[in-house]
Amino acid sequence: MTAAGRPSVPRLHPKARLQHDDVRGRDVLLYPEGLVALNPTGAEILELCDGVRSVAEVVATLERRYGAAGEGGVERDVTAFLDGLAAKGLVTYGS
Amino acid sequence: MDPKPLWLLAELTYKCPLQCPYCSNPLDFAGPRFKRELSTEEWYRVFREAKALGVLQLGLSGGEPTLRGDLEDLVREAHELGLYTSLITSAYRLTKERLAALKAAGLDHVQISIQGADAELSDAVAGTGSYGDKIAAYHYTRELGFPLTVNVVLHRRNLHQVEALIRLAESLGAERIELANTQFYGWALHNRAALMPTRAQLDDAWRVVQRERARLGTRLEIVWVLPDYHEQYPKPCMGGWARAYMTVTPAGEVWPCHAAGRITTLTFENVRAHPLAWIWEHSEAFTRFRGDAWMPEPCRSCPRKTQDFGGCRCQAFLVAGDAGLTDPVCSLSPHRHLIDAAVAEVERAAGAVEWTYRAAPASRALAAKG
Repeated sequence: MTAAGRPSVPRLHPKARLQHDDVRGRDVLLYPEGLVALNPTGAEILELCDGVRSVAEVVATLERRYGAAGEGGVERDVTAFLDGLAAKGLVTYGS
Repeated sequence: MDPKPLWLLAELTYKCPLQCPYCSNPLDFAGPRFKRELSTEEWYRVFREAKALGVLQLGLSGGEPTLRGDLEDLVREAHELGLYTSLITSAYRLTKERLAALKAAGLDHVQISIQGADAELSDAVAGTGSYGDKIAAYHYTRELGFPLTVNVVLHRRNLHQVEALIRLAESLGAERIELANTQFYGWALHNRAALMPTRAQLDDAWRVVQRERARLGTRLEIVWVLPDYHEQYPKPCMGGWARAYMTVTPAGEVWPCHAAGRITTLTFENVRAHPLAWIWEHSEAFTRFRGDAWMPEPCRSCPRKTQDFGGCRCQAFLVAGDAGLTDPVCSLSPHRHLIDAAVAEVERAAGAVEWTYRAAPASRALAAKG
């Protein structure tokens, strides 16, 4: 949820593509003239950003998976990760 | 751990309808060394081997890559391999139908050059009427949903248009504009006296870039490729020799960067004779300057060597005469005076210096002169 409490739906910018890097055994986000190496958590977050789920729903899904509901850590991590990509123009927020 | 390449620049052909005097292609592009272009099947093999080696980003360049009739096939193969594909084009005669076919084949990103902010200057620099085609193609890329990079090589005759160029990219809805100050290799080195900007021009342009970056934020990424002759320290060229990049030329030679072929003291291998992995891992051209064991002073004991990797090997060869020296751009290099002299020359020059357009007859004439 955003500060104002509205649902905020993160999605990958069309210029960015999630790709598995077989040689290095990791996932990467590819975009024009660049790439971001992802750790497994980052890749998992991005796979949940389907243009339908809100940030809160992404957080809730991960909390259920890892049995960490309501501790706040997942929300902090997800928000920081997505905001970092948004600052690079790789993730956009809609509704 | 041994480095693995992330980037492959595939120079599909050196034929080009434009004649830009700063072209990074070799001066002898029209000669026998680059004559026998790789076939479609040979490029497929290069892409497969590159992917297996670790490449994720593929630039399809030239020359003018759209002159290859098999470009759609090449894009499809690269896309199916999982490579992120960028077309680097002049957009000369590029139709919406062709772009749509490339989109259907899986092309990810389009970069279209422009030589000035208006038809008069752009066409004068390109030496070929092409501004109208470029503007049309910019709109096609947006209509087809491609991310778009506007690329401009900057030099003395167009640096005053930086603001207009940024506004043009903004109005087109581009994701990025690459303001690439001329790097002096290939034709640009040959035409250096005509292209070299003044310090005042660079300072003015840089102020515009900073102001426009603040205004535009993430709406338009403004890439400013440093004018390295005017810097104190060298660029970290290609992120270090043979660490992340390779270029395959039209006839299959493999270079650690798109200028390296001019280093006559290195031997370059060809994908027709060797697997790409062997060339990357074992060939002389790739191993000679990898890491830092080759470094002379002042690089060897310099704390900056892990940041700039000794700068550019091509520049050391072309300006200082030895690819194994510190990049002469570095203020600590004993050859810096050669750079200073080239920079100072423009400040003294009165009026415009003529340039030589990049074209096949000029290429053959220059090659004949040696």
